[in-house]
Amino acid sequence: MTTYSTSQFKAGLKIMLDGSPCSIIENEFVKPGKGQAFSRVRIRNLKTGRVIERTFKSGESVESADVVDLEMQYLYCDGELWHFMCPSTYEQHTAGAEALGGNEIWLKEQDVCTVTLYNGHPLVIEPPIFVELKIVETDPGLKGDTSGGGGKPAKLESGATVRVPLFVQEGEVIKVDTRKGEYVSRA
Amino acid sequence: MNWQPTYTIETLQQRGEILAKIRAFFAQRKVIEVDTQLLSRSTVTDTQLSGLSLEYLGETFYLQTSPEYAMKRLLAAGAPDIYQMGKAFRADESGRVHNPEFTMLEWYRLGFDHFELMQETQDLLQAVLNTKPAKKITYAQIFQDHFKIDPHLASVADWQVVAKQNELDVSDSMDHAGSDTWQQLLFTHIIEPKLGFDAPVFIYDYPASQCALAKIRKDAEYPVAERFEVYVCGVELANGYHELTDWQEQQTRFEKDNAWRKAQNLPEKPIDRMLTQALKQGMPDCSGIALGVDRLIMLALNKKHLSEVLPFGWEVA
Repeated sequence: MTTYSTSQFKAGLKIMLDGSPCSIIENEFVKPGKGQAFSRVRIRNLKTGRVIERTFKSGESVESADVVDLEMQYLYCDGELWHFMCPSTYEQHTAGAEALGGNEIWLKEQDVCTVTLYNGHPLVIEPPIFVELKIVETDPGLKGDTSGGGGKPAKLESGATVRVPLFVQEGEVIKVDTRKGEYVSRA
Repeated sequence: MNWQPTYTIETLQQRGEILAKIRAFFAQRKVIEVDTQLLSRSTVTDTQLSGLSLEYLGETFYLQTSPEYAMKRLLAAGAPDIYQMGKAFRADESGRVHNPEFTMLEWYRLGFDHFELMQETQDLLQAVLNTKPAKKITYAQIFQDHFKIDPHLASVADWQVVAKQNELDVSDSMDHAGSDTWQQLLFTHIIEPKLGFDAPVFIYDYPASQCALAKIRKDAEYPVAERFEVYVCGVELANGYHELTDWQEQQTRFEKDNAWRKAQNLPEKPIDRMLTQALKQGMPDCSGIALGVDRLIMLALNKKHLSEVLPFGWEVA
């Protein structure tokens, strides 16, 4: 079992906390003029996404989490499970709705996602930050509107609905920021 | 390869000017600059500090964690008021306001008690940071103000309640922590970040259990250490003592530290016999203080991280 001491704490380090795999977001070293030093750590629980802050005494050790982030290609959804493949090894993994956590609405076949494996199984699936998706349904916009103000809902091929400017039409491909779920531009 | 300094050339200029200002401050007050050795055959026994060491001709030498012992030997030998500005080293200390190697300003004033030294420290802060007159608050009062609790009398169970009320999430290892550790947790996490934004804050009269190398006064309800800390903009800047001069008491404190180290399975440290011998011969009554110069410069220049005021921060040292 690998353990990390507080002096090895840094952003991105994966540790086990209260039985759950977690990722360190930020580690602050805190020490009074004389006396005990502490590591004040902001940590994300990778299962729930919840962020907590916890303080450790300097020198303490915690168990590492068997967590790796891999870039994998999204293959298809069989109606229940989502299938991914590592392009270099052809290794395939399947993930359930829990790991997708709502991110499935951005997935387009062959896009490269970040798959976080915990003990060899997908725990979290992050879509690419920017995706290009085709509009499958939207109201025709008013003629002459080029400002992008106001906007209208547009349903995308992957299942998501985003607000787009009035001049963007059905059948067009647009670029979307998946972090905010916002239209960026025409692709 | 990134070889570039971590401070800007503008900061280089400003840092140089502040160092010159500090030296001018002491020159004007006839405090003499000394430059003692960085490498010594012994080091601090302090239970919460770990130093760096190296081997030379079959002997272990320690890089100083502060110039305190060497400067006290000078005082015992008859030195007048002295200051030193140079490098100190502390293992396992790294972060926004910590660098394993840093510049420390330490000075000693003969015949001063800790109140007189607080006044002088305030004058220095005014000269460098242009701060307003400082607030002086006892350790007991600051805990009373924040948590309505007397730190000298509170138990571990009391501290656990306070931590809970303040929504501090701590690791299980705190279950075995003593009262001092709980106080340090609450002080660093809740109190310290709020201290010293309008004017510097001096916290003084620490619990005797946190005396370090300060005199202990037994005239109150409970004994207090004549020790103070200085805070500016949520950053701890300096630590001062009305210095312990009793050599036997000093010897006892060193031995106590080593006993604690042994109990914790930490390496015991060689006690600095040259210091205890010097104290035995007699060190005059005095107060002394150590101040983090890099932090002072960081505050003066409105920077957020020590690396921004160091020529080469730890990553590129």
